Amino acid sequence: MTEDHGASTRTSLSERADHFRPTGDEDQLLPQLVAHLREHRTKLRQEWAGRIQDSGLLHAMTPQEMADETTSVYDNYVGVLETGSVEALQRYARDLSERIIPRGVETHEVVGIVLLLRDVLARSLFEKYQRDFGLLNRVLDAYEPAANRIANTVAVSFVEERERIIRQQQDSIRELSTPVLPVRERLLILPIIGILDGERARQLTEQLLTGIRTHRAKVVVIDITGVPDIDESVADHLVRTVDASRLMGASVIITGLSPLIAQTLVTIGVDLSKMDTIGDLQGGLEVAERLLGYTVTRDVGMGGP
Amino acid sequence: MTGGPKLVSILRQGAYLIASVHTALDDSQMVRFRDDLVEQIGRHRSRGVIIDVAALDVLDSFGARTLRTIGELARLRGAVTVIVGIQPDVAFAIVSLGMSTGSLVTALDLEEGLALLDHGVGAGRSTLPDRRRPRR
Repeated sequence: MTEDHGASTRTSLSERADHFRPTGDEDQLLPQLVAHLREHRTKLRQEWAGRIQDSGLLHAMTPQEMADETTSVYDNYVGVLETGSVEALQRYARDLSERIIPRGVETHEVVGIVLLLRDVLARSLFEKYQRDFGLLNRVLDAYEPAANRIANTVAVSFVEERERIIRQQQDSIRELSTPVLPVRERLLILPIIGILDGERARQLTEQLLTGIRTHRAKVVVIDITGVPDIDESVADHLVRTVDASRLMGASVIITGLSPLIAQTLVTIGVDLSKMDTIGDLQGGLEVAERLLGYTVTRDVGMGGP
Repeated sequence: MTGGPKLVSILRQGAYLIASVHTALDDSQMVRFRDDLVEQIGRHRSRGVIIDVAALDVLDSFGARTLRTIGELARLRGAVTVIVGIQPDVAFAIVSLGMSTGSLVTALDLEEGLALLDHGVGAGRSTLPDRRRPRR
C-alpha cells in the first residue's frame, strides 16, 4: 500500500512529493492521522460546513443536502488518506458531479469546498502537533501530497463530468439536426433552430439538396428565426446552398432573418442579390404558395379568428 | 459526331431538342457536343433545348462553363436552353467553383424542363418566371 502511495504521489503531484519517501517511521503517520480525523469527525465536519457557508459556496443546495454531501465527502477524503487509492473517490466525485451540475454548481465551488476541507484538516493537525515541530513537519509531509491528490482528483472528475455533459448535448443538438418538411406538394420548409456552425451548414445543404430531389420541390422556405447569429463562412455557405438549389430547379426563400444576422450579412458583404428573403415564416409560405399557384381561402362560416 | 460511339443523344421533340448526356465527357467530347448541338438547333429550327445531365455525378469547371456557353450560343441561335437533372453534389460543386450561374436556366428533371419551355421562359430568367419583386 505504501509503495503504491509513494509511486502515485511521485507521478502525479507537486515537487514536494518528489522528495517525500515513506520511511518506516512515516508509515505510521498516515494511519495515526486517519485515526485522529476519524475521532474528531463530527467536530471537523461541522467546522468545515461552517466555513463553506461563510464563503457563500454551494448556495444551490439545501442545508440537509449539504450535511449529507459534506459527510460523504469527508468520509471519502479520509478514506483516500487511509488507503491511498483514489478510485472510490473518483467514482463518488463523478456521481456527485452528475447530481450537482444540473443544479448550477460551478467548478470554483467544487474546488473551493475541497480546498476548504484540506485547510480545516490541516489546521486541526497543526493544533494537535503544535508542540512537536519536527513531528508536525513529517505529518504534513505525509498529509499534503495526499490532500493535493484528492483536490486534483475531485476537480478533474468534476470537469470531466462537465465535458461529458457538453459532448452529450452537442451530440443531441446534432441529432436534432435539420428536418426537411414537405408542407404542400412541391413545397418544403426547413426550420433551423440553434447555432448554425460549419458542420451543421454542410448537413443542411446535403439534406436540402437531396430533399429537393426526393420531394420534387419547386420552392423551399428556409426559416432561420431560431438562429442567433451566423459567421462569414456559414453565410457564404448559405448563399451557395441557395444557388445550388436553384440549379436543381428550386427557388429558395429565406425567412426570419434577425436584425443581427441581417447586419452581419451586410457588413461582411455577402452577395445577397441571389437571396430571396421575406420577414417571417408566414409571409414566406404565402409567397411560396403564390409561386406554386396555390390560392388559400378561408371559409368564413367555419369560425376561426 | 465523329470518332467513337455517341456519348450524348440529341433527340428532336417537336420544336424542342432534348440532349441526354449519358456519361462524363472529357473536354474534347464536351466541345464536340457543343458544336453538334448548336448546329442542330439551326438545322431543326428549334425554339428550346433541354440538356439532361442526370447521369453525371461529377462536372468539372470546363464542363460547367461549356454548359453555360451552350446556353448563350443557343440563345443567339434563337433557342432557350434548360439544364435539367443536376445532381445535388454537382449543383453544390458548380456553385463552389465560384461560377456565375446567373444565365443558366435549370429545372429538376425532363418533365419540369418541358413544362418550363411550354410556359415560354426567356433566356437569363430564373427558374420561376414570375418573381414577386424586381431584382436589383
